[in-house]
Amino acid sequence: MAKTGKIYGINGPIVHIKGDVGLEMHEMVYVGNENLIGEVIGLNSDDTIIEVYEETTGMKPGETVTGTGSPVSVTLAPGILNNIFDGIERPLSEIARETGFYIGRGVNVDSLDVHKRWDTHITVKKGDHLFPGAIIAEVPETPAIVHKVMLPPDLEGYVLDVVPDGSYTIQERLLTLQLPDGTEKEITMTQKWPIRVPRPMAKRYPASVPLITGQRILDTLFPLAKGGTAAIPGGFGTGKTMTQHQIAKWSDADIIIYIGCGERGNEMTQVLEEFSELIDPKSGNPLMDRTTLIANTSNMPVAAREASLYSGLTLAEYYRDMGYDVAIMADSTSRWAEALRELSGRLEEMPAEEGFPAYLASRLSAFYERAGMVQNLNGTEGSVSIIGAVSPQGGDFSEPVTQNTKRFVRCFWGLDKSLAYARHYPAIQWMTSYSEYLNDLAPWYTDHVDKRFIDYRNQLMYLLNQENSLMEIVKLIGGDVLPDDQKLILEIAKVIRVGFLQQNAFHKDDTCVPMEKQFAMMDVILYLYRKSRSLVSMGMPMSVLKEDKMFEKVIAMKYDIPNDKPEMFEQYKKDIDAFYESVIERNA
Amino acid sequence: MAIEYLGLSAINGPLVVLEGVRGASYDEIVEMTVGGREKKLGRIIEVYEDKAIIQVFEGTDGMALRNTHTRLTGHPMELAVSEEMLGRTFNGIGQPIDGLGDIRSDVKLDVNGKPLNPVTREYPRNYIRTGISAIDGLTTLIRGQKLPIFSGNGLPHDDLAAQIVQQASLGDDSDEEFAIVFAAMGVKHDVADFFRRTFEESGVSSHVAMFVNLANDPVVERLITPKVALTLAEYLAFEKGMHILVILTDMTSFAEAMREVSSSKGEIPSRKGFPGYLYSELAAIYERAGIVKDGKGSVTQIPILTMPNDDITHPIPDLTGYITEGQIVLDRNLNGQSIYPPISVLPSLSRLMKDGIGEGYTRKDHQDVANQLFSCYAKVGDARALASVIGEDELSGLDKRYLEFGKAFEQHFIGQSPTENRTIVDTLTIGWQLLGMLPREELDRVDTRILDEYYVPADGASGAQETSQEAPLTEQEG
Repeated sequence: MAKTGKIYGINGPIVHIKGDVGLEMHEMVYVGNENLIGEVIGLNSDDTIIEVYEETTGMKPGETVTGTGSPVSVTLAPGILNNIFDGIERPLSEIARETGFYIGRGVNVDSLDVHKRWDTHITVKKGDHLFPGAIIAEVPETPAIVHKVMLPPDLEGYVLDVVPDGSYTIQERLLTLQLPDGTEKEITMTQKWPIRVPRPMAKRYPASVPLITGQRILDTLFPLAKGGTAAIPGGFGTGKTMTQHQIAKWSDADIIIYIGCGERGNEMTQVLEEFSELIDPKSGNPLMDRTTLIANTSNMPVAAREASLYSGLTLAEYYRDMGYDVAIMADSTSRWAEALRELSGRLEEMPAEEGFPAYLASRLSAFYERAGMVQNLNGTEGSVSIIGAVSPQGGDFSEPVTQNTKRFVRCFWGLDKSLAYARHYPAIQWMTSYSEYLNDLAPWYTDHVDKRFIDYRNQLMYLLNQENSLMEIVKLIGGDVLPDDQKLILEIAKVIRVGFLQQNAFHKDDTCVPMEKQFAMMDVILYLYRKSRSLVSMGMPMSVLKEDKMFEKVIAMKYDIPNDKPEMFEQYKKDIDAFYESVIERNA
Repeated sequence: MAIEYLGLSAINGPLVVLEGVRGASYDEIVEMTVGGREKKLGRIIEVYEDKAIIQVFEGTDGMALRNTHTRLTGHPMELAVSEEMLGRTFNGIGQPIDGLGDIRSDVKLDVNGKPLNPVTREYPRNYIRTGISAIDGLTTLIRGQKLPIFSGNGLPHDDLAAQIVQQASLGDDSDEEFAIVFAAMGVKHDVADFFRRTFEESGVSSHVAMFVNLANDPVVERLITPKVALTLAEYLAFEKGMHILVILTDMTSFAEAMREVSSSKGEIPSRKGFPGYLYSELAAIYERAGIVKDGKGSVTQIPILTMPNDDITHPIPDLTGYITEGQIVLDRNLNGQSIYPPISVLPSLSRLMKDGIGEGYTRKDHQDVANQLFSCYAKVGDARALASVIGEDELSGLDKRYLEFGKAFEQHFIGQSPTENRTIVDTLTIGWQLLGMLPREELDRVDTRILDEYYVPADGASGAQETSQEAPLTEQEG
């Protein structure tokens, strides 16, 4: 018998029940006559506190709250990909079918389609002993991804009976398991998992493989490891969402979970439209086939916003358990933190910094620590990488969410307003950004790209740093008085900034650049630098070097050399040699 | 007959507490009769068993603990909507104040609205021509977008909004049904009057519904004004298939009202005393813009807000910028140089622009021209900073050209007369004339092929002079 209570007080999304009616902490409850979904977030002997995931308008004291006996969970089975859910895994397209173009309240829909039949290939046989998390069947969920049906992590036993290959719904029995205590249990494709509990794993691996995104400034200067964590902080209009879209589109993760947490409705529509049309270069299928969207737009209920990040994480961990590399885009974690603050305020908790609750830091760390490259219970290897956007108030990175996030992520891609104003995109400021994964990933770059890669990357950073300190002088006295070797640094740094770091997301070639081309571009730029430097050291003035438009040509190579014609870079080196000769000839 | 409760147990600012009430629901509207004569509306914002905390829209003046009768209505705040509301004027909670009688309608909608399902939204792609170069060229307004104007006291944001309304409404596709919903929150009497006059002069006033809460009207009323206005806008757009432009002015007053009410409720403040839910509340307003699939109409929002002390990092513009799809920022310096509209282009942005311009929408070079103008104008700032240190004479030739470019850009591209209506081709032509003042190798944001097609260099400094004289030629269009 489900436990019930009577509503005593209502304040926005927070509902109180007088006394303790036996509900558990984090238990999912149905609230009021409309059966709105809620969660128990506070218990004491004279007060039970519930947050409601939907608008509470029209609710009255005295209405009933009914417990479900289980914590807020997500349903895990085929049908998650190529779908869009709200913060608590309700499919928005089903909601649209029920309540039209507005999101209604108290809509009771299944998380996943229970009628659809999936082609199922069973991979176990009668008599097998299965360990927790074992893969029991394979289902082609989308043309791009094979869904591996697993035993829930808390079950093990012998297969007593198994169905043949065929098409099954997610609720039909696939096999019967004899548990160690002798009882029998029917196993379907579906499992449920509480969103606030990390799914178990066998062990963690250190970071060793980069998540290749096709974005030069990320892959080359500040790489993120698979299973790593990154934060993208930036004021409004600096391109957080754009950067996340680019990573979601082009990164080499197998699965993308895109969480629109308190962001714009039109953006989610855009992702949905664009990803359905764009083709994944790896698999040749639409990008949506490997993507799940979780949308809690800024005008959707605030309590579900707090839950949406955890829902997304749990889905990601589920695909990780199958052996996939999953990347989570959380846009934006500041909205999630503000949801915490809003709920905390309604609970009249003692505020810490800027009104945020004191547990902000521990919640953030618990969130980011669910990332990782791991060995799963079933022996496969998978990873969850988290890329969280942060929207600092007033673009000021000293605010609590940015500062606390910085403590728990190892990759920091700081966006800069002045770059964005000059429409230098991605507006990632190279002086403030960092990646702690660089050393962990150095062996991979050496083995898979080129053994000079890390050295070249450091040379680029050195030149950019030099430029930065020279600019201090230029700002005071102008660039004309600098000696030629310093003018050359400014000139080559411009080539790096405009020709390499700046990347055009709307250009068909430049939007995603393979590692080989990134390295070749670096190679050409540094070659130009070495040649020019020797010219300058011979006493050639910069004004002469600039006559040949060689610098402009190198800047334009990102557009002029298609991604599939790496051989053209050799020609550039020859051109640079010719440029070298011609300068000497003219000034001999 | 519903029960009336006599008396209150507390009054604090705009809030009153009613005890012993039965069956009150959260967010319900109550009707109060004060001293047997005056009627007021209130909203239940918290309810505990038999105690309700009520926010009174018209203010608590004249209310005493014993002279008030309260009646529950059993429903949240609703607005009777109809197409007849166009051409009419209402107060901040949607009651007619133009003396033309009540609105008769069977359709009553909850003013709180409901969130649009992202699945049923259509991504906005149709641009609206405003005839203003700085907007059309650099921060293009898209139908279904929410694009606020960040302004300061004393800047001509009202003129700009009025110009947008006039020129956008009389655009190329005026055959489609177009209407304006105007919501004023805490504005000065003169401002409300200015808009009324402008609408009349441009002949659109029969298509305008005005919701007016003046600066001396009750503060709490302001909290509901934008919601009432947007409820009408959504009805006209999504039920009646009209294209609605919503102007909300001034969002700062709205947020300040929220702070006032929040502090009288004794809530824990977050930033600058604003409540923690300021973001959610602003979002609930701004997100009510858009286009739905299979629908004909659209809701486009132009909220206006005055940045306190011109500070763009103040919570109100800051949170607004995180919700809206870009912003148009006005600048006091440009205004001081008598440049109208004084749009500071660098911090201005339209997020939806990239998908609504270019080939098939405006012209294929549009994005490149915009990027290049932004980039060059950003460099003008550097050159000016340098000139202020070492003097203009000491600058390199290139930096001097940038200074000239900057000046011409401000005068001829940004600057235009309040009645000038430029076509997109005019705007792009001026853009190319300005870019012609710079050497070709400086134009690093433009595709080489587009440069070949459009770039015409002006000859050195003298060429720059010519360009600046040619630019105004394009005025004939307006």
